[in-house]
Amino acid sequence: METTDIGLWGVPLAMLGGAIRVSTPFIFVSLGEAITERSGRINLGLEGTLVFGAMSAYAVAVMTGSPWLGLLAAALAGLCFGLFHGWICKFPKVNDIAIGIALMLFGTGLAFFFGKPFIQPSAPDLPAIPFGAWSDIPQVQAALNVNVLFLIGAALAVFLWWAFRNTRIGLIVRVVGDSADAARAMGLNPNTVRLLATGVGGALAGIGGAYLSLYYPGSWTERISSGQGLMAVALVIFARWNPLGCFAAALLFGGAGALGPALQSVGVTQGYYLFYAAPYILTLVIMIATSSPSRTLAGAPGELSITK
Amino acid sequence: MTGKFMLSRRDLLKTSAAGAALGLAPAAFPIRAARAAAATVGFIYVGPKDDYGYNQAHAEGAASLKGIEGISIVEEENVPETVDVQKTMESMINLDGASLIFPTSFGYFDPHMLAMCAKFPDVQFRHCGGMWNKDKHPMNAGSYFGYIGMGQYLNGVVAGHTTKSKKLGFVAAKPIPQVLLNINSFLLGARSVDPAITCQVIFTGEWSLAVKEAEATNALIDQGADVVTCHVDSPKVVVETAAGRGAFICGYHANQSPLAPEKYLTGAEWNWAKVYKMFVDDLVAGKPLPNFTRGGLADGFVKMSPLGPAVGEAARKQFDATLAEMMKGGFSVIKGPLKSNKGAVVATEGQAFVETAIELESMDYLVEGVVGSTA
Repeated sequence: METTDIGLWGVPLAMLGGAIRVSTPFIFVSLGEAITERSGRINLGLEGTLVFGAMSAYAVAVMTGSPWLGLLAAALAGLCFGLFHGWICKFPKVNDIAIGIALMLFGTGLAFFFGKPFIQPSAPDLPAIPFGAWSDIPQVQAALNVNVLFLIGAALAVFLWWAFRNTRIGLIVRVVGDSADAARAMGLNPNTVRLLATGVGGALAGIGGAYLSLYYPGSWTERISSGQGLMAVALVIFARWNPLGCFAAALLFGGAGALGPALQSVGVTQGYYLFYAAPYILTLVIMIATSSPSRTLAGAPGELSITK
Repeated sequence: MTGKFMLSRRDLLKTSAAGAALGLAPAAFPIRAARAAAATVGFIYVGPKDDYGYNQAHAEGAASLKGIEGISIVEEENVPETVDVQKTMESMINLDGASLIFPTSFGYFDPHMLAMCAKFPDVQFRHCGGMWNKDKHPMNAGSYFGYIGMGQYLNGVVAGHTTKSKKLGFVAAKPIPQVLLNINSFLLGARSVDPAITCQVIFTGEWSLAVKEAEATNALIDQGADVVTCHVDSPKVVVETAAGRGAFICGYHANQSPLAPEKYLTGAEWNWAKVYKMFVDDLVAGKPLPNFTRGGLADGFVKMSPLGPAVGEAARKQFDATLAEMMKGGFSVIKGPLKSNKGAVVATEGQAFVETAIELESMDYLVEGVVGSTA
């Protein structure tokens, strides 16, 4: 292995590489949650869906030898979790947040239960595209080794942003999310729309899980998610329910997460616990800076149980 | 309301008296003494027991006890270092009748295991780590640990021969004495080959954080490290990430060579089977269990993974010679003159700390040549 001394350039490079590597699960979970919340429901269970998606993707990839089949399995598993959440929540007086927490614990527990035999074996990874091939510097090549799921996530964010504004389906989801009464007057069934929106959201979260176990860090263990699913749900509020905002927030969190290790690697070794807290401090600052006691959050769907 | 299910006051008194009697029974009758022939041993792990790492090493040790006449094993994995572990210990004692418990994770000791020691004076607790102190802690507690720093020194010897960039990488969890000793030993092993070698350390702050460990490995390799080792609970992520980037790996806790057969040089492994067997033999024989157990390579507490295909002839020779030296006993990794990376003298000329030296268990410095900070 040849190396080039890149010194302090390692920090911005690590943040760029980290943003690309670490952000993908955030992108998928937050886009999925954005769809669900735009339809007027909150699914807090996506952390469980993420972990179960990671497990099922890894398990299927180990058994079949194909990471793509694993990805499909994760999406299907996520879809089932989402539909289950959507189905329970259609009953009157059911609290979507409570169901979400229950499903989060259920999803993680079930993943641990079925995942036991798959901790040891190695599964094939999802492919990455070497965008850094133009460079002679191995560090740049490594940072720009971009997984296809990241690109799909980026494209999906743009597509959803466009679709919410310009398509009939996007309009239906938004109407149901803003006023169930108006939707009923239009002849729409809010429960069906929300069921499907939660199902799609779950499928995307499952794909986010598949990225964790099949690409980065690329193995199935019970500690694979350090709360990415929960943080992604918070990112949606942070991004004001805007898919492009979700993408940007995910990149920001990925890059900020790479800051701590990168600074230590160039010799800034004091106070690393503080650097590890950087993403959370950043969130707090932005939340405080943009909040106001005199108005509700801009862009919040009117039917959400937290804004009603 | 029919009143059918309502208890009269007399019924209520009768029932609660019976219940109280049942509850008192274990205290009134010496049930535990009757179990002496058939003892139950409890093992508590902080993570999954097949993690290619710390917990797997302990679980392999526990598994080796199965089949010993009269001994049964109870295990619980994924127990956090919180009040949860107290509940686990209580249920192992009260429901499974465990008379010897091994809480294997560092953070279980204080206050959790100590609280249980006071509550169940008849049960023996042995904690993995170096924390038991005769003056401060009860006699039914104890600790056991292996001098695995020697293994990291041997890792360093092989790494020192293998590195081309003269930079090594170390992904560490928390700056506690055992971890610091491993980092220092790894570098000093490498410096026994070439005194110009440095070792970059990154602390992740937690025993198990998959994404951060992968980021740390990438950051080390970006800065030129070409041999990486670690001290985290599950080295799987570090090993796979480093191998994916083309770096060589020295393993830790268990044998990770199946994960990267070409890139795996060697590794420092625990051999807990030996230690647990020793405790259980004493238990079966009715002898008092030792409170303070330590051992290294020579005692069979620690072993090395077989050398990988990338290890060169010179490295193999020095590895074998150093191992033979260690097996004789009296080998010291930390010996003067030696300075910390902040310039403080940690060992003066002629001063040497053998692996059993108690000073090493309160290590709070990184030696010269390690790039990193303990706080």
